[in-house]
Amino acid sequence: MADQTVDAKGLNCPLPILRAKKALKDLAPGKTLEVLATDPGAVKDFQAFCRTTGNDLVESTTEGNVFRFLIRRVE
Amino acid sequence: MAVEPGKAMASKSMSIIVTKGSLDWAYPPFILATTAAAMGLDVTMFFTFYGLPLLLKKLDLQLSPLGNPAMKMPMGGMHMGMPNIASMIPGIDGIASTMMTNLMKKKGVASIEELRTAAVESDVRLIACQMTMDLFEYTLKDMIEGPELGGAATYIEVATKSDINLFI
Repeated sequence: MADQTVDAKGLNCPLPILRAKKALKDLAPGKTLEVLATDPGAVKDFQAFCRTTGNDLVESTTEGNVFRFLIRRVE
Repeated sequence: MAVEPGKAMASKSMSIIVTKGSLDWAYPPFILATTAAAMGLDVTMFFTFYGLPLLLKKLDLQLSPLGNPAMKMPMGGMHMGMPNIASMIPGIDGIASTMMTNLMKKKGVASIEELRTAAVESDVRLIACQMTMDLFEYTLKDMIEGPELGGAATYIEVATKSDINLFI
């Protein structure tokens, strides 16, 4: 169970990333953020985002046409 | 430039020269600037010539299909371009702009206003080209809160220290 969820379904690039970043900023280190998106580009983008920012992409799954990302804030 | 989990990347930086102010061309600089800022980069945008009006308080962004053969809009399962001669019809640019704005809304694409606000909120440094301000007779009062004035040397100083420099 994530500590917080961002629903970015229906939003296109770069909004899922921007919304996720906004939520991560207010999250304490160690806490997790769940992001839901329908933009297929988000799969690669969240990998790149986490590699670059040092946050931990714990899970990246697909259910139907919804992509779910679980990110643990590290810094 | 992957970093180990737990280690934030040493701060990288990016600068963008923004030279175009039509509805379509306004997107790449704002998308890249906001995304880079979200990924922890220090970002500077330098607005010059037709890019400068993107800083105006009230945006009225338009695009023109004239001389743009690559602009084909999805319509009833097909893609339709507009012949150049259609641009002679008064109001056609306005119609095309409205169509594009509606399409973007439908597809969940952010508005330029939204991306611009995100840029300001994520501390993207905005520089308005002083020469262009003089040329087109704008003052900082016409602009949103945030931009500073600067010239070519101001930009070059930023560029010499940036990891990524883009001209759009």
